[in-house]
Amino acid sequence: MEAIILQILNGLDKGSAYALIALGLTLIFGTLGVVNFAHGALFMLGAFCAVTLSRLLSLAHVTVDPTRKDFLGNPLKVETPYVHEWFGPETGAAIIEWSVPLSILFAIPIMIVVGLAMERGLIKHFYKRPHADQILVTFGLAIVLQEIVKFYYGANPIPTPAPSAFAGSFDFGAMIGLDPGSIIYPYWRLIYFAFAAVMIAAVFAFLQFTTFGMVVRAGMADRETVGLLGINIDKRFTIMFAIAACVAGLAGVMYTPINSPNYHMGMDFLVLSFVVVVVGGMGSLGGAVLAGFLLGVLESFASMTEVLELIPGINQIIIYLVAIVVLLTRPRGLMGRKGVMEQ
Amino acid sequence: MSQFNFTRRGLLRGGAALGAGLAMPTIFTSQARASYLNEPTGSTVTLGFNVPQSGPYADEGADQLRAYQLAVEHLNGEGDGGMMNTFTSKALKGNGILGKKVQYVSGDTQTKSDAARASAKSMIEKDGAIMITGGSSSGVAVAVQALCQEAGVIFMAGLTHANDTTGKDRKANGFRHFFNSYMSGAALAPVLAKQYGTDRKAYYLTADYNWGYTTEQAVLESTEAMGWETVNKVLTPLAATDFSSYITPVVQSDADILVLVHYGGNMVNSLTNAVQFGLRDRMVNGKQFEIVVPLYSELMARGAGQNIKGIFGSQNWDWKLENQLGSRYIGTNAFVQSFGTKYGFPPSQAAHTGYVQALLYADAVERAGSFNPCAVVEALEGFEFDGLGNGPTLYRAEDHQCFKDVVVVKGKENPENEFDLVEIVEVTPTEQVTYPHDHPQFAGGALGTCNPGA
Repeated sequence: MEAIILQILNGLDKGSAYALIALGLTLIFGTLGVVNFAHGALFMLGAFCAVTLSRLLSLAHVTVDPTRKDFLGNPLKVETPYVHEWFGPETGAAIIEWSVPLSILFAIPIMIVVGLAMERGLIKHFYKRPHADQILVTFGLAIVLQEIVKFYYGANPIPTPAPSAFAGSFDFGAMIGLDPGSIIYPYWRLIYFAFAAVMIAAVFAFLQFTTFGMVVRAGMADRETVGLLGINIDKRFTIMFAIAACVAGLAGVMYTPINSPNYHMGMDFLVLSFVVVVVGGMGSLGGAVLAGFLLGVLESFASMTEVLELIPGINQIIIYLVAIVVLLTRPRGLMGRKGVMEQ
Repeated sequence: MSQFNFTRRGLLRGGAALGAGLAMPTIFTSQARASYLNEPTGSTVTLGFNVPQSGPYADEGADQLRAYQLAVEHLNGEGDGGMMNTFTSKALKGNGILGKKVQYVSGDTQTKSDAARASAKSMIEKDGAIMITGGSSSGVAVAVQALCQEAGVIFMAGLTHANDTTGKDRKANGFRHFFNSYMSGAALAPVLAKQYGTDRKAYYLTADYNWGYTTEQAVLESTEAMGWETVNKVLTPLAATDFSSYITPVVQSDADILVLVHYGGNMVNSLTNAVQFGLRDRMVNGKQFEIVVPLYSELMARGAGQNIKGIFGSQNWDWKLENQLGSRYIGTNAFVQSFGTKYGFPPSQAAHTGYVQALLYADAVERAGSFNPCAVVEALEGFEFDGLGNGPTLYRAEDHQCFKDVVVVKGKENPENEFDLVEIVEVTPTEQVTYPHDHPQFAGGALGTCNPGA
């Protein structure tokens, strides 16, 4: 029982990341008709926004302390972060510690600019090209972004911890009346799940309850007619691309305390997120979210010792297996609409 | 009266015969000279540094390459000479190798066996490399070692820790300075028993490739011999990034020790996940839950941040050895000084083993008086040396494995600076980590005979 609850919880945080990335992917596909393989790289860029802000906040003023020695026996260079000097040691330390949540504010403008630049600078030239061309160019872009990040930040994971108030874990088992210590769950993963839920709700509300969202939805359904009504749908779709980039970026920012970011993290999520989109149904926002959580939870279950003893290696193929079954039984995916990618 | 008829055809025949006659000795000499592959004939000799310059171990590869470049400088008589000044063999003169200036080419293994083989092949065939060295993965090391054996050049392995490299996959042309899984187990087990007691239940999460298997087996056998019980062993895919679903069954089991047989990014992530799930705060069977990481590296410690504090593991070498444990580890400070001055930070163990291997190869060539791989093999087999930072060391003839002390470390609780992440707990003497070359963990392999290529 405890094991099952724990695996569901585990699946939820992983599913949150899948759902957020898949949401952006399907949003871009639904609006612009572009299969964006660089979406994982946007998730990674978001994570590196958090790394960058944490480094910026830790920029330090160097003084030489002749009484202490460095590893070569030379006088030690002591670094005092500027924020300590400006706001006092306690506030300064707190600012550095809270760098991940603060990065949300830092990442939003950056990700919007990156999204706009990407769409206007490169992807718009591929709207009328076949999907294979789009995949090649966006995949190439993802590799370029990845290598740039590797050049500046190195290849090793960079620890980016959560504020110490959220660093620990809580006893979920005791909270729901089970044995104390039987279900331990980290605070930050719960926060990540809540954050994802808020983001998903915000995107849906934006599309559902604003005029802008209504036009975008109309454009997704019938681009030509909306254009004939005199609405500049391309501009709105570009903005949607920036929003999708922002969603992926913020998903990356908040993911950094769960796993230390490295340049390759986008690729790790990209392939799975595509499977999520396909299982959910191409172009279906609800399907992407549903499939994201579903596959996250299934993946967690498949890693249980009992399951692995029964079917060895199932944890590595479960997602693809589910994709095959779904595509065989429901070729349009769980919530796919008729006519999408079927021309 | 004889008559000489000079015809055009006759002249041509005669000329061809004369030409062939004159060329004959040269053909014979050149054949005699090319007794081995890539024999250096000019004033230079080329070494091939095959390190991961991309992929998850790129930072380790970058550090190794720095060390190799430093070694080339020192071999050519530039810089402060580093460990050449402390090395007990005095064959190296700082005038290159056998008077030939050392050049190098570098390749990218990408931490993938096929890419590593392709890059080594190119360095041997196109660049004429006489020796290949490097690598930060046992999968890569085993693949490149086999290639070098087939091609007929020497392979001086870099960071490779699986037993297989000098066990079932050992080759006559391959040599390993780095320690191995068995040695980690033998060194760690007594320290763990002393620290955590002999009545412990261990759970293993193991990387799913050759290094993972041999390291798990080594640690498991050594700790079970001390009285520990093994609760479960789970293989994790190399590509895994989130280990939470592997960590939660640990919570459900009655294990009170988690052994993470992971390396690089895998280890950073699995350890972070384990700490997030509160494993280190748990009390199981009335004992504090503990985590063990058999193979440590400073670069990994940097990636794991706070989570590494107090966690035990083993290393081949540490830059603080000579300062903390005295002159037995002479050479360490000379290397740190030289590397630190050039690059601004202390060298990692990956850098150390690379530098040492380059020096050992050059020294063996000098002592043998030839670049011939078979002569080099003879010079390295059974070679005893000191002054390269690990204390007295033997290159065992039977399996081409170096035998030396093993460093048991733990994550430092209160680091004084960003390089001071690892604390030396003790050094396990060579005798305690030495095993017969036909030990079951190393069985199934044979060196074969050396291959000079041509």
